[in-house]
Amino acid sequence: MGSMSNNETDDQGFGDEVTEKLRIQATKLMEQVNAGDYAAAMTVINDLSEVRDQSLYREVGRLTRSLHEAIRNFQIDPRNAEQSEALSKMTDASDRLEYVVQMTSKAANRTMDLVEEAMPRASSMRDEAAELRDEWQRLRRREMKPAEFRALYARIDTFFVTLNADAAATYDNLSEILLAQDFQDLTGQVIQKVTALVKEVEDHLLSLVMMASHVDQLTGTVHVHAEQDDRKESAEQGVGPQIKADEREDVVSGQDDVDDLLSSLGF
Amino acid sequence: MKILIVDDFSTMRRIIKNLLRDLGFSNADEADDGNTALPMLKSGKYDFLVTDWNMPGMSGLDLLKSVRADDNLKTLPVLMVTAEAKRDQIVAAAQAGVNGYVVKPFTAAVLKEKIEKIFERIQ
Repeated sequence: MGSMSNNETDDQGFGDEVTEKLRIQATKLMEQVNAGDYAAAMTVINDLSEVRDQSLYREVGRLTRSLHEAIRNFQIDPRNAEQSEALSKMTDASDRLEYVVQMTSKAANRTMDLVEEAMPRASSMRDEAAELRDEWQRLRRREMKPAEFRALYARIDTFFVTLNADAAATYDNLSEILLAQDFQDLTGQVIQKVTALVKEVEDHLLSLVMMASHVDQLTGTVHVHAEQDDRKESAEQGVGPQIKADEREDVVSGQDDVDDLLSSLGF
Repeated sequence: MKILIVDDFSTMRRIIKNLLRDLGFSNADEADDGNTALPMLKSGKYDFLVTDWNMPGMSGLDLLKSVRADDNLKTLPVLMVTAEAKRDQIVAAAQAGVNGYVVKPFTAAVLKEKIEKIFERIQ
């Protein structure tokens, strides 16, 4: 915590008044010891320890109050309407994220429905166009018998009608796919709100931890820390997508990296 | 050619199923984790397994290990399609006997290339 304390406003938790007293008494003590007046020096030492005790009590009192304040701000115990509303904000966060999961899944499925609807139409357009192109080439090379030409003539007629309808339907599919992306706006807002809440809770937790360590420092309390549970995420079970993969050495940055790694293993 | 696609997210199973159909493999079943997949593999005469890694229940790596440990399944080609991107994990999958490894997000071209490579090697 040392790096976090600010010496200008906070002399390790002692106020200006206390440090000033300390300085004056220390000088007095030095003078009396030098002058050989040990009885007076003892009195000064007494005064000094009283100053220390008083400032300690005052400081512990202040920090305890701040600690209570922080705990209250952390909204763990809903004793009034405001607090219970804040608490419901917390439970709401998981509801909100659940909503994001639902929205994204709905959009993905809607998009895939439309794509699956459009794909067979596109492929039959492609196939029919390819066959007609080949027939047309035969006609241009004058390889076509009159009866065949009449059949082609009718087929092209039908093709134009179908092509028009199929292209219109595909266009509709595409514009519906476009609309299905509107979830991003809503889920984006929800995620931003939840992120802000997490940040808020994080800040409160941090000041709580700092205050607790401050009280410990002043009272000289030493905690016996339980053995840290440093169980890592299980690589065996899988850890999910890596964030900031390009900044990390132990993570591949894409398929090319995977291929290189596997080929170095003799794949 | 009968294929089993294992992923806990139905959207991802659907994407892979569509891509496989485009590649000419239209006979594909789905399972949502290793525990569901393994009995299907044991009774279903599958020719190819496409699996995710991170799934509740049995993970893809454990599924791969179980497949390699089973006398009837040990030669089954397995393609891993996963977001797991740690080098150690890819090495572990290779050591467990994976036939191909595709990291998400992936493209249709990558999936096609890896599948073709696997079948090239088998034939």
